[in-house]
Amino acid sequence: MTAEHDQPGETRAFGFETRQLHAGQRPDPNTGARAVPIFQTASYVFEDPESAAAYFNLQEYGNTYSRIMNPTVAAFEERVANLEAGVGAVAFASGIAAQAAALFTLLEPGDHVVSSSALYGGTVNQLKHLLRKLSVELTWVDPDDLDAWRGAVQANTKAFFGETIGNPAGKVLDIEALAVAAHDHDLPLIVDNTFATPYLCRPIEWGADIVIHSATKFIGGHGTSIGGVVVESGTFDWSNGRFPVIADPSPAYHGLQFHETFGTYGYLMKLRAETLRDLGGTLSPFNAFLFLQGVETLSLRMERHVENARVVAEFLEAHELASNVTHPGLPASRYRPLVAKYLPGGAGAVFSFDCAGGREGGQSLIRNVKLWSHVANVGDAKSLIIHPASTTHRQLGDAELEAAGVSPGTIRLSVGIESVEDLIWDLEQGLARTR
Amino acid sequence: MIDLARYHDPLTIQRLLHRARTIAIVGLSANELRPSNFVGFYLQRHGYRVIPVNPRETEILGEVSHPSLSDVPERVDIVNVFRAPAALPAIAEEAVAIGAGALWCQFGVINEEGARIAEEGGLEIVMDRCLKVEHARYIGRMHWLGFNTQQITSVRGGLQ
Repeated sequence: MTAEHDQPGETRAFGFETRQLHAGQRPDPNTGARAVPIFQTASYVFEDPESAAAYFNLQEYGNTYSRIMNPTVAAFEERVANLEAGVGAVAFASGIAAQAAALFTLLEPGDHVVSSSALYGGTVNQLKHLLRKLSVELTWVDPDDLDAWRGAVQANTKAFFGETIGNPAGKVLDIEALAVAAHDHDLPLIVDNTFATPYLCRPIEWGADIVIHSATKFIGGHGTSIGGVVVESGTFDWSNGRFPVIADPSPAYHGLQFHETFGTYGYLMKLRAETLRDLGGTLSPFNAFLFLQGVETLSLRMERHVENARVVAEFLEAHELASNVTHPGLPASRYRPLVAKYLPGGAGAVFSFDCAGGREGGQSLIRNVKLWSHVANVGDAKSLIIHPASTTHRQLGDAELEAAGVSPGTIRLSVGIESVEDLIWDLEQGLARTR
Repeated sequence: MIDLARYHDPLTIQRLLHRARTIAIVGLSANELRPSNFVGFYLQRHGYRVIPVNPRETEILGEVSHPSLSDVPERVDIVNVFRAPAALPAIAEEAVAIGAGALWCQFGVINEEGARIAEEGGLEIVMDRCLKVEHARYIGRMHWLGFNTQQITSVRGGLQ
């Protein structure tokens, strides 16, 4: 294995649309395959014992076992890392698995996390119940209240957590201000960027340290696959004294000091070589292939998603049977300044509104729509509708529902890329039947 | 403030990786868990001749360890530095004196005076970058681990 001697490459800064098609893939040297091949294999033949040892010691980049790494999955990971302006990424079997692994890598029993209260219900469950099982404390804060974030920091705090656009209430996170607050306390800011996608917002460019996605949503867009991904900036100083779990010699990896040894790549190496190794939750090569097909058209889909969402939100705002439309791009929204700063290309395509008639009104609308799909998902190219109080946020008490911005009549929409007049026609006739 | 971007030029980095044969590693550790040992081991696997420079050792990675750069009896293409930033000016002077081709300082090994000495001595300089990472980015297999190599190409590559 000798150094190759090709001519040095170009140094052009390629555009987003180019990178969503090309980043992470070099045409396969063996076959020339233009598409990313599906490497549907559990294991890899080693050249010799020395090479195998070098791979397991992390002294050389080499494939060992598909629970930890796979060339198809790696192409997807690099593509998302590139689009998010991160230093790298690790993919997982779901967004929830990605989130758990991102937290596992930096937390120990007795630690503490400060989190926005306006989150996806599944994330609330994970943070509230799973972290407690692991003896990690949690403080919920109103994401709009910067003083609350700062005031919640304790000696054992290890991270700030929030969503770029909160699910489902559409609260927009002030990422730059929160990153400054987190860094003032030597803490990383973790941002779930699922609703914005890297096309609309790149939290790392505003100072976030770790970005999480449910790839199931807009990144895939087709609604065929469950998956998630963790991206890291590579700029957080994990050796600042607060994170011995990353900086000190690791008993789980024969004394390796991940941050010192891998520098910029230390957190991600630990996330892969220890957390993914030990928790599993690996993304399958086939699902990674499907996500790669989706992400190739991310910018085109997002342009249509945000435009359709704007039109639907304006329709609802003018409708007598709808109120409290939370689309943060509407002129009346308190989040307009944050949208202008962080989401100039559009304020996403997921928002909620309250149906007249409360719980019954909401359920009646769900029963009567014909084109919107009644599903527990968002970010599909098809338009989706759900009643959170009966479904995604069902495990939450009234106070938690309120903190998450959900009332009994709240309907959550994920606006797809159909002909927008058809989407409005369906809501119009559905709302008319709730009278 | 030192302008590090000057020392991160992708074309310089790739030219050095492709042309270098002999790399002297100043501060190479015999401890297999140290970052310098990771880098030396990796470079050997990829066909470079690695010359250890460490006065506390006699042999590292199967090669004779020399007390200082001035004691290295052969031509050095890259002087790769794993020392405290304050040690850099003296190392740069030695690198100039032995006629080395380039000075490559690892993550955090940043010293303006050292850079100036090497530059005035006619050496190419890379600073605050890892030789292993840059090799893996342009020539090696960094893309197998989901790292952002920032490489965009539709050209069919060589076998790895």
